[in-house]
Amino acid sequence: MLAPDPEFAIEARNIVKRFDGQAAVDGIDLTIRKGSIFGILGPNGAGKTTTLRMLLGIIDPDEGERFLLGSPDPISKAHQVGYLPEERGLYQSMKAYDAIAFMGALRGLPLAEGRRRGRAMMEEHGLGAAIDKQIRQLSKGMAQTVQLLGTLVHDPDLIILDEPFSGLDALNQGKLERLIRAQADRGVTIIFSTHVIAHAERLCEEIAIIADGKIPFRGKVSDARDRLRPQVHLETRNLDGPWRAAIPLDCQPLGHNWHFTLPESGVEPLLHALVEGGAGIESLSIERPGLHDAFVQIAGEAVARKMEADTNNSEEDAA
Amino acid sequence: MIETIRAAFVIARRDFTAIIFSKSFFFFLLGPLFPLGIGIAAGGLGSQVSRDIDNPVIGVALSPAEADQLLDTRTRLNRSLGSRSLPDLVVLPDLGRDEAAIMAKLNSSKSLSAILSGTLASPVLTGSERDVNKWQGKLSLLAETALSQPARVTIDTRFVGQTGSSSERGQLLTAQGGQAILILLTMILAGMVLSNLVEEKTNKIIEILAAAIPMDSIFLGKLFAMLGMALVGIAVWTTTGLTVILLVGGDLNALPTPAVGWPLFGLLMIFYFSMAYLLLGSLFLGIGAMATTVREVQTLSMPVTMGQLLVFFLAYSSITKLGEPVEWFAVLFPFSSPFAMIARAAQMGNIWQHGLALVWQAIFTAIIIRFSVMLFRRNVMKSGPSAPKKGLLARVTGK
Repeated sequence: MLAPDPEFAIEARNIVKRFDGQAAVDGIDLTIRKGSIFGILGPNGAGKTTTLRMLLGIIDPDEGERFLLGSPDPISKAHQVGYLPEERGLYQSMKAYDAIAFMGALRGLPLAEGRRRGRAMMEEHGLGAAIDKQIRQLSKGMAQTVQLLGTLVHDPDLIILDEPFSGLDALNQGKLERLIRAQADRGVTIIFSTHVIAHAERLCEEIAIIADGKIPFRGKVSDARDRLRPQVHLETRNLDGPWRAAIPLDCQPLGHNWHFTLPESGVEPLLHALVEGGAGIESLSIERPGLHDAFVQIAGEAVARKMEADTNNSEEDAA
Repeated sequence: MIETIRAAFVIARRDFTAIIFSKSFFFFLLGPLFPLGIGIAAGGLGSQVSRDIDNPVIGVALSPAEADQLLDTRTRLNRSLGSRSLPDLVVLPDLGRDEAAIMAKLNSSKSLSAILSGTLASPVLTGSERDVNKWQGKLSLLAETALSQPARVTIDTRFVGQTGSSSERGQLLTAQGGQAILILLTMILAGMVLSNLVEEKTNKIIEILAAAIPMDSIFLGKLFAMLGMALVGIAVWTTTGLTVILLVGGDLNALPTPAVGWPLFGLLMIFYFSMAYLLLGSLFLGIGAMATTVREVQTLSMPVTMGQLLVFFLAYSSITKLGEPVEWFAVLFPFSSPFAMIARAAQMGNIWQHGLALVWQAIFTAIIIRFSVMLFRRNVMKSGPSAPKKGLLARVTGK
């Protein structure tokens, strides 16, 4: 067993988890730098939750090894970790501020301090009127916020959020994004799983795309995008001329509009050829591909379609 | 280890306060009143019926003088033998040996079980075979005493604290009583642990707990919270019971003293109840943890209760067999050990054996918790699209 690198909050080496002989996670390698925001992207059933549960020590991998904050026994580092599971759960009869304090107490925060912080955090997040209410009296969104605050109450160094945006309306999704950024500004490492590409694109420095229990891509968001060439959208007055040599042969116009992938030679030679060749440029835009396009290219069309369906379902749930 | 205990305390505190400050805890405290009330009512009714069946009225159809003589003798013997020992007598007209009249009287009366006719020297008892066989001996004694009129003798009495025989019998009684209380309390309270993890599983809280603290702490905390609740209940019931006994003028000193003395016996009762609770509770918690719904827990309750009864029978049957193999087995078998040991505390004076027994029981509790946690982690705490739903038996056996 190699010693863990202190630079990383998470290190997983070839971890495998099988359920009844079938691999839910199939040989994943993952390193997550301390202080970064890291997104794990994949459709439902891809192995995101199982991976997170192994990293947290809720279940053990069948093969491979994992280190959480340098320890092969993740539970021993629980005081430094905050975790929001995908399936939210709170004791229904507990008062809201007490639920936050209880979650802190589980991770070593004295109960009295947890209660004090719980009250303050609820006030700060606009839930002051619900402090003394029982969880069963809160709306779903409020209960989710309470659980999220319980995840943060003990000032963890590492926060793991499993599908944190699911079930939240647009307003609360925005609040959560701000909260994640605020934590990251404090130097906290944040890992979250999601099937909504937009969240990962806005928040993450690095991502891992997971599909069928494997990670086909891990790296910077920009690196994922750079796997695809930029797209050119061109409108010309003329339909023919020497400038046509600069456009890919298989590209056919839609009226006077042309859509094609930017040639390897780059923007400047293309522009030069169009101007010198007398294309009569009406409009020209060069669009950098989004993470969604990169995801389709990396994970495949079927996986991307499943992700979109999951996103639609979760938006319906939130509505 | 310290972290395991700290985390267990967090769980125990949450569970304990959630139970104690819930409205249902009040009903839990009232719980024993219902079987007690039903028991008293059923007992009263039963003894009334039994009195009516066992103490029938015998008609005395003798000459008036002999009938009076018989009634006087009955009154005299009642003082010595107790009022329930002899049948009630009612005087009828002298029917001589007129069998037809006797039969007519027996058939027409609903209260008469039999009729004594003839003379005291040569009485005839007419009635059903069962009643005649049952009462002829006592009626003969009445007639003989009435005829012979023996001199009255008063015995001068002197009392001593205890004899060897009475002490042994008293301690046996204490052993039976102590064990019965322990069995009853364990039976009422330990089964409650079965459903203890269902809330966490249905509310998905188990995921938060499992990511934050060792699973052993969850089991240990839950077990100790329920033990705490049980001890609060027992304290309330004991205090109430003692208060009622003292209020109605009961004498607690009249109870036979156990071999280890009352203070230590009381302490051992608490210890052995706690160990019995932890042993059975940890097993039930482990079994209950495999269940995913309340319905599955209810299904489990029956075999679990039957298992408890078998253990209790084993312990109960060993009370009078101190030192015999069956008693040693009951002492060593972890689940019956607390019950067998409390019977020992009532009948044997040496104390060291209790220390050993408590350590043995504690070790076994730890083993069961470890085993339960292992089963729980392996068979319940897993997710994933390919994990199909398993039956309860498959989850318990891990197959």
